[in-house]
Amino acid sequence: MPKLEVFLQTLISGLLLGGLYALIGLGMTLIMGVMKIINLAHGELMMVAMYIAYVLFTFFQMDPYLSVFVAAPVLFILGIALQKFLINPVLKTDAIIPENQVILTVGIGMVLANLATIIFTSNYRSIPVDYATKAWYLSDIWKASPIELSLSVPWTVSFLIAIVITVCLWMFLAKTDLGKSIRATAQDNDAALLMGVNVGKMRVITFGLGSALVGAAGCLLIPIYYLYPDLGGQFTLIAFVITILGGLGSTIGAIIGGLILGIFESMTATYAGMGWAPVGRFVIFIAALIFIPGGIVSLLKRKRLGK
Amino acid sequence: MKKYLPLILLAVFSVLPLLGLSSYVMHIMIFVIMWAVIGMAWNLLGGYCGQVSFGHAAFFGIGAYTSGILYSKLGVSAWWGMPLSLLVVTASSLVIGYIFLRLRGPFFALGTLAMGVILRVTAENLTAFTEGDLGIMIRERTWVEKIWYYYIILIIAACTFYLIKKVVESKLGYYFVAIREDQDAAESLGINTTYYKTVALCLSAVITGLAGAFYTNYMGYIDPKVVFALHDISIVAIMVVMVGGVATYWGPLVGSVIMVVLAEVIRSIPKLGTAHHTLFGILLIVIIIFLPNGIVGDYKKLKRFFGVRRAL
Amino acid sequence: MSLLEVKNVSMFFGGLAAISNVSFSVQKGEILGLIGPNGAGKTTMFNVVNGFYNPTKGEVYFKDKKISGYKPYQICRLGIARTFQVVKPLQRMSVLDNVIASAFLRAKSRAQAEERAIETIKFAGLYDNRNVISKGLPLGKRKKLEIARALATQPEMILLDESFAGLNPSELDDSIGIIKKIKDRGITIMIIEHHMKVIMSISDRIVVLNYGEKIAEGTPYEIGSNPLVVEAYLGEAQDA
Repeated sequence: MPKLEVFLQTLISGLLLGGLYALIGLGMTLIMGVMKIINLAHGELMMVAMYIAYVLFTFFQMDPYLSVFVAAPVLFILGIALQKFLINPVLKTDAIIPENQVILTVGIGMVLANLATIIFTSNYRSIPVDYATKAWYLSDIWKASPIELSLSVPWTVSFLIAIVITVCLWMFLAKTDLGKSIRATAQDNDAALLMGVNVGKMRVITFGLGSALVGAAGCLLIPIYYLYPDLGGQFTLIAFVITILGGLGSTIGAIIGGLILGIFESMTATYAGMGWAPVGRFVIFIAALIFIPGGIVSLLKRKRLGK
Repeated sequence: MKKYLPLILLAVFSVLPLLGLSSYVMHIMIFVIMWAVIGMAWNLLGGYCGQVSFGHAAFFGIGAYTSGILYSKLGVSAWWGMPLSLLVVTASSLVIGYIFLRLRGPFFALGTLAMGVILRVTAENLTAFTEGDLGIMIRERTWVEKIWYYYIILIIAACTFYLIKKVVESKLGYYFVAIREDQDAAESLGINTTYYKTVALCLSAVITGLAGAFYTNYMGYIDPKVVFALHDISIVAIMVVMVGGVATYWGPLVGSVIMVVLAEVIRSIPKLGTAHHTLFGILLIVIIIFLPNGIVGDYKKLKRFFGVRRAL
Repeated sequence: MSLLEVKNVSMFFGGLAAISNVSFSVQKGEILGLIGPNGAGKTTMFNVVNGFYNPTKGEVYFKDKKISGYKPYQICRLGIARTFQVVKPLQRMSVLDNVIASAFLRAKSRAQAEERAIETIKFAGLYDNRNVISKGLPLGKRKKLEIARALATQPEMILLDESFAGLNPSELDDSIGIIKKIKDRGITIMIIEHHMKVIMSISDRIVVLNYGEKIAEGTPYEIGSNPLVVEAYLGEAQDA
C-alpha cells in the first residue's frame, strides 16, 4: 500500500502544482498567440506581483489571496504601459537583428529584477500565514481509508482559485465581444483588422491581461514559495515550457501543458531527487521545441482531422 | 586613409602598453580587447547571419573549461587549452548546431538560452570533471606583468578582425546575409541554409571558445557561474554588438569599449554598484528603441540627431 | 522532350486537399501558363515543384530524375529557379549584391560572380539601379530584381509566380519583353499569372487549376473557348 500511497500523493501534488503552472503559462500563451511576442520578462512580472503581495501583507496584514485583487490590476496596468511605451515602438523600428523584441524583454526583466534587489535586497522572504502548513487528510473524511493522502491547504486553495480564474478567462475569451476580438487577432491579424477589430488596442490589452494573469499566479504562489528577486528566471522558463508544450496561443494547451509539467516535476522530485527538476524542465523544453513545435494541441488536431 | 584604419589602430594598440600604463588600466584594456573578440564572433552569427544566440556563454565556458580541465585533470599547462579548444568547441558547436539550428528566429534564441543554462548546470553537477562550484584555480601564473597577456589577446583580435572581414566579403558572407534577409529566398537561390548556418555557428563558437580559453589563462580562476553566466557573458556579448554596431566591422570594438568602461565606472561608484544590471538593462532598452543597429550601424541616425541640435 | 513532369501530385494539409491528383508536363523550351481562380492551388504547386513541400502523393520529375522530396536548394542546383509572388528581395543589400549572392551558385570566384551579376542586371534592365538598396525600389523594379536573381543561378527552367501583378502598362510591356528574351535563351518557363491578356499572348500552352484539380490543358485558343474554364472564372458559362 505505501507504494500506491506515494504514487497517488505524488500525482495529487503534481496536479495541484500543475494547476498553478497552467495559470502562469496562460498569460504567456495569450501574449505569444496574439502578438507573437516572446516575453522573457514574464517571470519578473510575476515576481513584481509577489513583492506587492509581500508588502501588502507586511504593512497591511492583507491575506495574499486578497492581494490578487490588488496585484492583478496593478500588473494589468504595468503590462499595458510596457506594451505601449516600450514594446510597440520597438516593433516599428527597422533593425537588422530580427529578434530585437526578445532582447528588449530581456532588458526589461533585468531592470525589474535588479530594482527588486535594490529595494528589497536579495534576502529570501516569505509570508508566514497561519494556514501555510495546514493540510486536509483523507482519513478525516474516510475513516476506514487504507491509505493516507494529504492535501496541503495553501496548495489546494491556490489550485481552486487558479481554476476559477482559468474558467473566468475561458468565458471571457469565448463569450464576450472583447474576448472574441482578442482571439480573432491571435488567429489572423489582418483579417481581424478588416473586420473592424482595433488590433493595436487588442495587443495592448492582451499584454495587460497576460501580465495580470501571471500576477494573480504570483499571489497564489506566495504562501507556498520563498520570494527573492531572481526567481523570475525559472518561472519564465516554466511558462515557456508550458506554452511550447501546449501549443502557442492555445488556452487548452496551456492547461494541459501545465498539468503535464506539474505531474512530471512532482514525479521527478519523488522518484529521482530534487536536483533533477530544473534539468527535466529544460529537456522537455528542448524536446518540445524540436519534436512538437505546434504543441500538444497540434497533435490533438491532427488526430481529429484523421490524416 | 580609411583603408589603412585597421592597421593604424593595430599599431596604436600595440604601442599603448609601452607607455607604462598601470596594471589596472592594462587589465581594462585586456578585457576591452577580449570582449571585442567575443563581440566580433557573436556579430558573425547574429549580425551577419541573423541567428541570434542567447547562449554564447556556452562556447566561452567550453573553451574556458577545456583549458581548466587540461590543467586540473591532466596536469598540462592551461595554455594548451587554447589550441585544443578549437577542436573541442568545433565538435560541440556541430552538435549544438544540429539540435538548434533547425529552429527559426526567436525559437533559436530561446533554445540557445536554454543551452547556456544547461551547460552551466552540467558544469556545476559534474564535479568529478569540473570541480563543480569550487571552480578551477591555476596556481602558477605564467607572467606577473600583464603586458604579455595583452599582446596575446591583441593578436587574437587582429586575426579575428581580418578573418571576419575576409569571410564577409566572400561567398560565405553573401550567403550569410542572404539567409538573414530571407531564408526561403536564399534556399531558392541554391543556398544550403542548414550548412551555411552551421558554418557561421561553428566559426562564431570557435572564436568565442578561444576567448574563453584565454580567460582561464589570464584570470587564473574559473567556475560555472562565471564562465557560463547568462547575464554577464551571453547578454553582454549581445549588448557589445547591439550598442556598438550590428553587422559592421568596427561595431564590436566600439561596443566593447563602451560596455567594459561603463561596467568599471558603475562598479567604482559605491551607490551605483548594485544597480549595475538596472543600468545595463536601461541602456539595452534605450539602444533597442533609438539605435537598434548600434552606434556604428545607425551612425547616420546619430549624426542627424546631433546635426539638428547644432542648427538650432 | 518533357523537361518537367508532374505525376499524380496531391498535397494535403491536415485534412484539406490543396492539390488533388494533378498531372502535367512541361516541354523543353516552352512557356507553360498555370492559371486558375484564387486559391486554386497554383502557388502550392510551385512550392511542390520547388521543394518547399513534399507532395503527399505523387512525384515530380525533372529531366527524368525524381526531385520530389528534395530540398529547395538542391532543386535550384539541379536547374530550376523560382520567383515569389510576394517578392522577397534581400532588403538591406543593393540590387547588385542581391544578384551577386545569387550568381555565386555557379561562379568560381567573386570576380566571376560579379561579372555574371552585372550581365544579368543589364539583361533585366536594372543596370542604372544596381547600387540602390533593394528596400527602396518601386514594385516594378523589385519584380525585375526577383527575375534577375533567379536568372543569375543559370537555370534551365524558371518558375515565375505572378511577376506581372501590380505593374502599370509600360512596366508590363517591359516584363513581357524580358520573358521573351528568356525564352530566346532556351530557358523553359512556367508562369502563374492572373493577367489574362498577358498569359494568353505569351504562353505556348496553358494548364488550368480549380479547387486543386486540373480542369483543362491546351493551347491558349483551346483554353479560351473551354466552357469549364470560363465557368471556373466567371461562375457561369456566358452565352455568346
